[in-house]
Amino acid sequence: MTIQSILDKLPYSDPFRFVDGLDAIDSNKVTGHFTFREDLDFYKGHFKGYPITPGVILTEVAAQIGLVCLGIYLTAEEEQDGQMTFGLTSTEMEFMRPVMPGEKVSVAAEKVYFRFGKLKCRVTMSNHTGEEVCSGVIAGMIIRKSHE
Amino acid sequence: MDKETLIAQLKEIVKPYAKDQEAWQQINENTDFVKDLKINSANLVDVILDVEEQFNIVIDNEAMEHMLNVKSAIEIIEAKLGGQ
Repeated sequence: MTIQSILDKLPYSDPFRFVDGLDAIDSNKVTGHFTFREDLDFYKGHFKGYPITPGVILTEVAAQIGLVCLGIYLTAEEEQDGQMTFGLTSTEMEFMRPVMPGEKVSVAAEKVYFRFGKLKCRVTMSNHTGEEVCSGVIAGMIIRKSHE
Repeated sequence: MDKETLIAQLKEIVKPYAKDQEAWQQINENTDFVKDLKINSANLVDVILDVEEQFNIVIDNEAMEHMLNVKSAIEIIEAKLGGQ
């Protein structure tokens, strides 16, 4: 499965797609990146007059790259008609450094396990200087959307 | 391994995932992981992986689908241990 076909299968669109690209992927790990445009809407309110990327958004970036992209790759063979997505089931994150508007972050995720439809990954996010921004463990389960 | 020992071991395994502490305290053969202990489907996977590790067995998809209560979990564990 090519990186482009994984990106095409992502179930997100603007303003909630937080993956710009993937650098590498195999059945155990994935690395990808995202740049926070300065005009993203949440910077207007987080915080008032002092924009910093919210932790929940960093978690979302880590989940979209580390969990959903890897999940799409791992289920590529059984997936038939695009009727599948991942539901987030748990996050356990620690935040080390703030991420400012305009910054590019990289996410590296490593599979802990993929069993019985549940994917659990260890994720680490770093900024353009390579410093760790946040890290933790994220898990999700396959959701099969019912046909309309 | 007798049934009481197995239930005691299962009780420790499900402890971090059980939302209903009262039901967890009174765990017995008829306890349902989902209905009584209020364990969600994502955490049920972790319960099963912990069972695999604790008893050094492998649980397949078919067995997993039946492991919804203490009684069936014990049956599956006993069958796997007996087959080794």
